[in-house]
Amino acid sequence: MMEFTLVNFLLFMVNCVLSNNFIFSRYLGCCPFLGVSSKVETAAGMGVAVTFVMGLASLMTYIVYYYVLVPLGLQYLDTISFILVIAALVQFVEMFLKKSVPALYRALGIYLPLITTNCAVLGVTLLNISDQYNMLWSVLNGVFGALGFLLAIVLMAGARERLESSNIPKAFKGFPISLVIAGLMSVAFLGFTGLVH
Amino acid sequence: MNTTAILSAVAVLGGLGVLFGLVLTFADKAFAVPVDERYARVREVVAGANCGACGYAGCDAYAAAVVTGEASITACTPGGQKTFDALAEIMGENAVAVAPEVAKLLCQGEDGVVKSRYDYQGTPSCHEATQLAGGPTACAWGCVGYGDCVKACQFDAMKIENGIVFIDENKCTACQLCVPECPRSLIKMLPRAAKVTVRCLNAANAKDAMAACSKACIACKRCEKACEYDAIHVIGNCAVIDPEKCTLCGECVKVCPTKCITQQA
Repeated sequence: MMEFTLVNFLLFMVNCVLSNNFIFSRYLGCCPFLGVSSKVETAAGMGVAVTFVMGLASLMTYIVYYYVLVPLGLQYLDTISFILVIAALVQFVEMFLKKSVPALYRALGIYLPLITTNCAVLGVTLLNISDQYNMLWSVLNGVFGALGFLLAIVLMAGARERLESSNIPKAFKGFPISLVIAGLMSVAFLGFTGLVH
Repeated sequence: MNTTAILSAVAVLGGLGVLFGLVLTFADKAFAVPVDERYARVREVVAGANCGACGYAGCDAYAAAVVTGEASITACTPGGQKTFDALAEIMGENAVAVAPEVAKLLCQGEDGVVKSRYDYQGTPSCHEATQLAGGPTACAWGCVGYGDCVKACQFDAMKIENGIVFIDENKCTACQLCVPECPRSLIKMLPRAAKVTVRCLNAANAKDAMAACSKACIACKRCEKACEYDAIHVIGNCAVIDPEKCTLCGECVKVCPTKCITQQA
C-alpha cells in the first residue's frame, strides 16, 4: 500500500486523471460521455454529479465491503451489494439536488438516474477492491477518476459546441462526428500512458 | 447444502436494502420540495392529447409553464373554451373568450374539377409531389391530395375524399398541427362563425385559372359588387373575405360564376 505523501498524492492524481482516464483508457462511463456532452454547462454539471457520486460510492462501498461482507465471508456479493449502494446513493443525490440545486437538477434531466447504471461508478468501486486500496486511496481514486471523467466530458462538450457552427459533411453531422472525435481524443490520451509508474 | 451461507447472504443484502430504504424515506421527507398544488389541477383540465399545439413539449410541460405564469392560459386550443375557463379559475385570472377557430382547406379541386398535368406515381406525399415539375395538379395553388396534413392530424379530423382533403369540423380542435404540413399553405385557421368562405387561392389570371380548374376564382369581382358590407375583395386575382365585416348574407355565393365561394349551413 502506498504511503500517503504529497508526491504519491500528485502521482496518483496524474495517473487517475490522465494516464488511466476512465473514458479514454478504461472505456467506462461512455454513455453520459456521449449523451450529455452537447453543452459545456450541462457536461460540467454531469461531471460534478458523477464526481460527487463516485467519491461517496467509493467510501460507502469500502465500508460495506470491509465491515460487512469480509467479516461474514460474503466477498462474492460485492457486485450486487455495490449496485444496491450506488442505486440508493444516486436516489439520495437526486433528492438533494432537487432541493438544493434545482437548476442543475433540471439540466441533468434524465441523465441523473443514468448514473445509477453508469459503469464508471460501479467500475471504480470494484477496482478499489481489486487494487486493494485503503479507505483514503479508495475515495481519492473515486474522486480523481471522476475528475478525469469531468475533464473528458468537458473537453468533448467544448469540441462539440465548436462543431455546431462548423461546416461538416451532412453524413457526419451530429452523432457520427462525435464518435470520430471521441476516438481521436482517446488516441491523444494514449500519449499519457506510462507517464506515471 | 450450506444453509447458513445462503441465509447470511439473504440477510446481508436484505438488511442493506432495508437500511437504504429507511435512509431514503427519511431523505425524502427532509428534502421534500413543495410542488405547486395548482399543477395537478392544471394538468387535469388541459386536453391531455400531448399534441404540442401550445408550443410546449407536452401537456406536462405546458401545465408547469401555466403554473409559473409563463404560458398563456389560452394556448391549449384542443381543450377549447372549457379549458380556458377552467384555467382562468385555477390561476385566478380573468376568463377570456376566444373565438373558436377551425381549420379550413381553401381548395375545392376534387378529382374531375381540377385538371391533371401528369400522372404522379411517386411517393404518396404532398411535399414530394409538389417538388416534381411543379406538382401533378394543373392548378399550382391547389390541393394535391396525398394527405401530409392528414398524417399530422392527431384527432382523426381529416381524410382524403375525391382526391382532396376533407376536414371534419366537429372533430377539428384548432390545434394547427396540419397548417405547416401543407406545401401549398392551403389550410387556414378561420373563425368557426365564418361560414362563408372563398375556397380558392388561385392567383392566376382568369383564363389560366379557368383552364386549370372549374371551381377556381377568376377574379371577376362580381362578389365585390354584390357585397353590401365591403367584406369581400379581390386581392391579387383571388377573392378574400374579411370575416369581421362578413354578415353571412350569402349574396357573393349567389353571384359567383365558378362556385368557388361556399356557404355552410
